[in-house]
Amino acid sequence: MTDSALEAIHIVKRFGSVEANRDANLSVGAGEIHAVVGENGAGKSTLMRVLAGLFVPDAGTVRVHGRNVTGWDTRRAIAAGVGMVHQHFMLVPTLTVAENLVLGQEPTRGVRLDLAAASESVNSLCARTGLRVDPSRRVDALSVGEAQRVEILKVLYRGARILILDEPTAVLSPPEVRELWTVLRTLKARGDTVVVITHKLDEVAEISDAVTVMRAGETVGCLRTQDATPAAIARMMVGRDVVLAGDLVRHGDHAPGAAVPDVARRVALEVTDLVVARPRQRPAVDGVSLVVREGEIVGIAGVEGNGQTELIEALAGLRPTEAGSVRLNGREIVAFDVRARADVGISHIPEDRQRRGLVLEYSIADNLILGLQHRFAHRGVMQRDRVRRNADRQIEAFDIRPPRPDVPARALSGGNQQKIVVAREMGRDFSVLLAAQPTRGVDVGAIEFIHARLRAARDGGRAILLVSADLVEVLALADRVAVMYEGRIVVTLPRAQASAEVLGPYMTGAQRGAKLS
Amino acid sequence: MSAILRGHASTVRFLFGGSVVVVLLGVLAGTIALGGFPVGASLQSLVRGSIGSPDALLSATFVRASPLLLTGLAVALSFRSGVFNIGAEGQLVVGAAAATFVAIRAEQWLDVWTVPVELAAAAAAGIAWAIVPAWLRRRFRVPEVITTIMMNFLATFLVSYLVRGPLQEPTRVYPQSSTFAELARIPTVHPMVRLHWGFVLAILLALFLGWALRHTASGFRIIAVGVNPRAAEETGRIDVDRLTWLVFLGSGALAGLAGGIEVGGVTYALYDNVSPGYGYTAIAVALLAGLQPVMVVPSAILFGGLSAGAAAMQRDVAVPAGFVEFVQALIILALLAAPHIVAFMQQRLARLQAVEQQGAR
Repeated sequence: MTDSALEAIHIVKRFGSVEANRDANLSVGAGEIHAVVGENGAGKSTLMRVLAGLFVPDAGTVRVHGRNVTGWDTRRAIAAGVGMVHQHFMLVPTLTVAENLVLGQEPTRGVRLDLAAASESVNSLCARTGLRVDPSRRVDALSVGEAQRVEILKVLYRGARILILDEPTAVLSPPEVRELWTVLRTLKARGDTVVVITHKLDEVAEISDAVTVMRAGETVGCLRTQDATPAAIARMMVGRDVVLAGDLVRHGDHAPGAAVPDVARRVALEVTDLVVARPRQRPAVDGVSLVVREGEIVGIAGVEGNGQTELIEALAGLRPTEAGSVRLNGREIVAFDVRARADVGISHIPEDRQRRGLVLEYSIADNLILGLQHRFAHRGVMQRDRVRRNADRQIEAFDIRPPRPDVPARALSGGNQQKIVVAREMGRDFSVLLAAQPTRGVDVGAIEFIHARLRAARDGGRAILLVSADLVEVLALADRVAVMYEGRIVVTLPRAQASAEVLGPYMTGAQRGAKLS
Repeated sequence: MSAILRGHASTVRFLFGGSVVVVLLGVLAGTIALGGFPVGASLQSLVRGSIGSPDALLSATFVRASPLLLTGLAVALSFRSGVFNIGAEGQLVVGAAAATFVAIRAEQWLDVWTVPVELAAAAAAGIAWAIVPAWLRRRFRVPEVITTIMMNFLATFLVSYLVRGPLQEPTRVYPQSSTFAELARIPTVHPMVRLHWGFVLAILLALFLGWALRHTASGFRIIAVGVNPRAAEETGRIDVDRLTWLVFLGSGALAGLAGGIEVGGVTYALYDNVSPGYGYTAIAVALLAGLQPVMVVPSAILFGGLSAGAAAMQRDVAVPAGFVEFVQALIILALLAAPHIVAFMQQRLARLQAVEQQGAR
């Protein structure tokens, strides 16, 4: 790789006492798609931010096309054609696509904003890059995938030829991921260079030309993708052998809960004809009925935005329901609010951990008892030693890093934040667990671990309703698989009969079936 | 809100790191000089009147700090839970009115119980005044910032009416109540000073609240609600509406108590302008304390001292008290901005150093 577009050499970046990057090296060839993989907290995002000029490294060198640019700021990075697409979108929801794109460098006629010119330049950019978005739509009306495309366009609009994408697929549904790959290939064909952070090894194989693996702040290796196997990359990431969820599916040694759907087993959760309304649209959940028995995992597959989120939120008591019944162990709870439902045994791993699942300002220890504070208090006084012991135990059990109970949750990587939520929700007494995207944005080691915990809970007689945009995950965990499409459950199959090939047509609406079980 | 909290943690360190006193005196000196007054004599008088003697501390600074302390706690507590109670001023003056009512109407038969009942009445009045905006917030989501400010005006005019009507002194000459009898006065801690037990009560309350926020389940809930109400409700299983309602009323009680302590311990009568804006200064007191109850104590004493010193300056050198208020406002601005400016400069410096390092290679 003599012709490196982007190079990082011996980068060191510290935050207080934490070394996020210890000795990070990266060399991205011009015109290639380069994947950066690593566990949560391995320092991927930090390194990318150093490259994009958001962070100044404590040591080391950054080069762009051979030119030393260490310590530059985002403005100069953009001027040099390096742009970053962040994991969390930075768009103004009330503005249109065109307005968002030109924000900061608006075309004007006199002192007036020339929206026609803005729209025009956006259209021509779309045409050049093959990224399709209607410039006149408001951003808050866009799907997640479309919003991400706007983010990419925004960076391109500012003239970037080297794009850094921080976990772009974490928020996307499978079809959206495929569209993203098309976009990235178009950019590559145009001669642009792309750096993609990801957790998912199949994505590495699918899209990248080369892959750099990071572990504990260091880069442990750089491979041509064609020479690498997912297992080898996983081993480099974690430093040991890992059972990949995909392997289970492929090799068929899936271990469902004792005898697969056992009709005699007690019904823990029974949902009948549930309707969740949406303003001025068809209902988000349109008459869903399902049953989850003790000791079974029911997985809901489907393209995101087909009512899964609304269903889970309605079951958790976070969203009003229009009609239908929800029974927990035979008891009608549809009128219960979120607290009452938690009290009778519903546990919930929310999709949006930062907004709903955590108090980011609170320490790891305090987040681990959020919602259980009354149990850690004696006559209203918090028993700090018990809180601390609970934290030590959970941090150890779930391998939360850094293993320091007093660190605020804000300082943790997304995957470790997720571990706090999972640890807490699975640590309390519950009979039904609603798990929404339980491993989104989590590294392979932690995925393996969270999956093992979910199976253990199932084997312990708990009922689990799983929603995941990741079909591989649903197939790896569920005893029965239901597919949601446009607010309805279009098919329910025992795991043995479910496969990507069988479920695919239902997920895209190409086929509608009757309930089989 | 959380940004405010984080910002102010460093403000607290800055404020009580000592350098603040120098800055403060510098700005004040400059302003006085600009006004054409003798700087040396003015500053001397300011210091003498605030911290220059035990008597200045005990009869002036601490006395003026007492209502600031209680209203500062009221503001800090409510802000921590995400309730922006700007109505401490109104709650204070109705508290003062209620205490006055008890003191001059019921002192005869309450006997030694007059002061406790007086203070209870003050707190109850503060709650009553907070109930309106709290209910509007809970029932209709009316922003409390607006409603509490409006309630302040109502309270001020209500007291104006009371001291010219039902509570006016018997001769009907002055717009004020009659003076409290001995039994209705909060005793001073020592016969020689004006400092009353209300100050001690305020400090105990500050310590208690500081402890309670940190170490009780309720405190855990209050802070969670303040920084992330959604997670508090959905994951924390906290009834956010109920909790903020209770905190709102508690905040009103503290502010009302401040009014009771002011009339029962200092003025011994109710009159127009019984509060020179304590409830507003309280917002600065609370913010400067980083919304931490225990830090409200030094913060209130600082403002109490400035106010006591200003009075002395006015008395001795005829510097208008407005000058000190002007400087107080400048100080608040500077202190609120300082931590952010320092952080910005540090960031810049780090960037420059990194660039230089590269250049040297």
